Amino acid sequence: MFEVLFLQFLNGLDKGSAYALIALGLTLVFGTLGVVNFAHGALFMFGAFCAVLFRQLLTLETVTLDPEKLSPWGAPVEIRQPLVQAWFGDVGAVLVNYSVPLSLLLSIPVMLIIGIVMERGIIKHFYKRPHAEQILVTFGLAIVFGEIIKAVFGPNPIPQPMPTELRGAADIGAWLGMQPNVITYPLWRLVYFLFALGVIGSVLAFLQFTTFGMVVRAGMADRETVGALGINIDRRFTIMFGIAAVVAGMAGVMYTPLLPPSYTMGMDFLVISFVVVVVGGMGSLPGAIAAGFLLGILQSFASMHQLKAFFPGIDQVIIYLVAVVVLLVLPRGLMGRRGVMEA
Amino acid sequence: MSELKRGPSRRHVLRTGLAGIIASGVAPLAFSRGAWAQEFCNNPTGGTVTFGLNLPLTGAYAEEGADEQKAYELAIQHLNGEGDGGLLNVLKPSALKGNGILGKKVQYVSSDSQTKSDVARAGATRMIERDGAIMITGGSSSGEAIAVQSLCQELGVIFMAGLTHSNDTTGKDKRRYGFRHFFNAYQSGIAIAPVLAEAYGKDRRAYHLTADYTWGWTQEESIKNATEALGWETVQAVRTPLGAADFSQYLTPVLNSGADVLILNHYGNDMVNSLTQAVQFGMRDRQANGKQFEIVVPLFSELMAKGAGENIKGIFGTSNWHWNLPDEGSKAFTKSFGAAYGSPPSQAAHTAYVQALLYADACERAGTFYPPEVIKALEGFEFDGMGNGKTLYRAEDHQCMKSVLVVRGNENPTNQFDVLNVFKEIDRETANYDPAIFGGDLGAAEPVPQCR
Repeated sequence: MFEVLFLQFLNGLDKGSAYALIALGLTLVFGTLGVVNFAHGALFMFGAFCAVLFRQLLTLETVTLDPEKLSPWGAPVEIRQPLVQAWFGDVGAVLVNYSVPLSLLLSIPVMLIIGIVMERGIIKHFYKRPHAEQILVTFGLAIVFGEIIKAVFGPNPIPQPMPTELRGAADIGAWLGMQPNVITYPLWRLVYFLFALGVIGSVLAFLQFTTFGMVVRAGMADRETVGALGINIDRRFTIMFGIAAVVAGMAGVMYTPLLPPSYTMGMDFLVISFVVVVVGGMGSLPGAIAAGFLLGILQSFASMHQLKAFFPGIDQVIIYLVAVVVLLVLPRGLMGRRGVMEA
Repeated sequence: MSELKRGPSRRHVLRTGLAGIIASGVAPLAFSRGAWAQEFCNNPTGGTVTFGLNLPLTGAYAEEGADEQKAYELAIQHLNGEGDGGLLNVLKPSALKGNGILGKKVQYVSSDSQTKSDVARAGATRMIERDGAIMITGGSSSGEAIAVQSLCQELGVIFMAGLTHSNDTTGKDKRRYGFRHFFNAYQSGIAIAPVLAEAYGKDRRAYHLTADYTWGWTQEESIKNATEALGWETVQAVRTPLGAADFSQYLTPVLNSGADVLILNHYGNDMVNSLTQAVQFGMRDRQANGKQFEIVVPLFSELMAKGAGENIKGIFGTSNWHWNLPDEGSKAFTKSFGAAYGSPPSQAAHTAYVQALLYADACERAGTFYPPEVIKALEGFEFDGMGNGKTLYRAEDHQCMKSVLVVRGNENPTNQFDVLNVFKEIDRETANYDPAIFGGDLGAAEPVPQCR
C-alpha cells in the first residue's frame, strides 16, 4: 500500500506543478495589475503550441515522388526527407530529439511579446473597470485565442515526443534502497516537477532579491505611493504581465509530452487554476503555490479505486469540495490578505 | 311463354369481381402511396434530398469525425454519379443507379457534435427541423448514437449510425428507426479472447481502465466475461472520465495491483493518451507475476495507431474493417478514398460510407423515402461486396452481422499508413449471437411521428 500511496503522491506533485505554475502567473497579474485574467490558460496553450511550431519547423521535409512504387490507390509513393537532418546530419537529429526543451528558447521571447501586447493593447483599458468586466473581456480573449489555434493547427491534439533519453521510467524504489521495480515513475514527469520548482524559485527570487522585484512588491502593496516617488510603476507592471505570460508559456511547453496540445487545453487548466488561486488566497504567491500542490495531490489520491468504490466520481469533484470547505473555514483562502477582492 | 329470367352471366361476375378487387385493394394502395408524400418527416418534394451528417469534428473522437466527413462526401459524390463510383460498382445486390436517390440529387448538411451526446442531439434536431434532413447519420461515440437514435425514433427519421461499438446501441437501447453497420463490444470479446489466451496464456490477471459511459461499460463487461471464461482473473476495473487527457493517477495503481495485463477500454484521443502514458510508466518493459506485462486495447483503429506511434507496436485489438483487406470491395473503397484524399480510409470512414449507400439502396428498393418502407427494405437485407464479406442487416435488432477482425500494431511498418496488421479474421458464424441476450425493444415503425 505504501508504494501505491507514494506513487499517487508523486502524481500529485506532478499535477500540482502545472497548477502551481499557472496559478503563479495568475496571481502575479492579479497582485500587480489587479486584473482577473481569464485568458491566462490561453497563455499556457500558446506556450504549448510554441513547442508544436518549433517541432514543425525542425521537421520540415522535402517530398519527392517515386514513380516506381505505387500506393494502393495508384498514386506514386512519397519519399520524405527531413531538411534539418539533411543539412546538419547527426546534429539535426539531436535538435529534433530535443525539440521540446529547445522550444523554451522560442517560447520566452514569443510569450513576452504576446504578454506585453495583450496588456498594452487590451488589458490596460480595463484596469479601472469592475472585475466582472475584466472577466468578461479576458474570457472573450481566451475564446478568441482558442479559435485562432484551432484555425491554424486544427482541432486535434498534436503529440509531442519527449527526448528518447527521458522516455523511460525511473526506478525510484531502487534509489531509496527498496526492491527494484516496486516504485517506478516516468522520468519526464520528474523532470517537469524539477523544472516547475526551478521556475517557481526563480520568480520568487527575482521578486525578493532584485531592485526591480522590490519595486514591484512595493507597487503591489501601495501603487499610489510608489508612483508618487517618481517610479514608473505602470511600465514595471507591464513587464510583470509579460513575465507571467512567459511562466505560463514555459509551463505549457514542458507539459506537451505529457498532454498532446490542443486548442481546448487552456480552458481545461484555467478553471482548476482559478480554484487554486481562490483556495490559496487571492493575490498571495505562496498561497497559490501551496494550493496548487495541495489540490494536485488531493486530486491524485481521489482517483484511487479504493476511494472511488465508496464515493463514485470523487476524483471529478474533489478540488471543488476542498474549495468549498476551505472558503467556509477560511473565507480569504489559505494565505489570503485582508482587503483583497473585498468590498 | 314466359321469358326466362337469367341470372348474372359469368362475364358479369368476373367483371364485377375485378372491379371490386381494384376498388378495395389496389386503388387504396395507390392513394396511400400518394398520402405518404404528405405524412412523413421531410419528404423531399424538389429535385434534391438532404442527408444530415452529425460528426464529432472536435473532442475526444475528432479524428474519426473528420474521416467520416470525407467518407460521406465521397459517398454522396458516388450516389450522384460523380467520381469512379466506388462501392456502387461492387455492392450486390444493388438497386443504385448513380443518379442520386429515386432520381433526386443527394446533398448534405452537417453539425459538429463535439463528441457530446447533448450537442449531437441538438445538432440532429436542428438538421431535421430546420434543414429538412431525410436521414441522420454519423457519430463516433455510442453515447451520441443512442441519444440521436432515440431522437430519430421520436421524430420518425431514419438514423444510420456511424462508429458506435456499445452493445446497448442495438441491445437494450435499440430503436426501429436506428441501424448499425459497425460491430459491437460483445463481438470484440468473442473475437479477441481466444487470441489473447493463445498469445499470453490462460493464467493472467487483468486490470481494466474504462471510459465512463455506455460504450466503456459494455466493452469492459464483454471483455471481462470473455477473458474470465478462458481462465483470466479480473483484478480491478476502474472508470475514467471521457476526455480525461491525463491518466497518470489512474495508471499508477496498476503498477502495484498484482495485474500482469492492462486492458484499455478507451477510444480515440483517450486511448492515444492512456496508452502513451502507460508506456511512459514503463508498463511495456515490466515483469509481473513472472510474466511479461502486456497491454491490450480491445477496440482500435488505424487513426489511433498513427496517433500512438511506436507505442501501439505488437498490441492486440479488434476492428470492424481494415483498408488492406484483399476483397474487391475493400480494394475499391481504398482506391476511391486514397485517390480523393491521399490516405487510406479508416474503419470509421468505411462504416460511414457503407451506411450512406445502404440507406440509398434501401430507398431505391422500397421505391419511396417513406421511413417504414425503407425500414422494411433494410431489415433482413443480405448483401455482399462492401468489404466484410456476406453481411446481414439482422431484422431483430438492426445489427449488421458480418466477419470481425483481430488486429495487431505493426512491428515493422513499411510506410506511414502501414500501422496495423490484420492478425485474424473471425467469420460471421463465429461472431454471431442471440439478439435476445441484450433485451430492448425496437418499437413500432408506424404510425410515423410528425417532426414538424
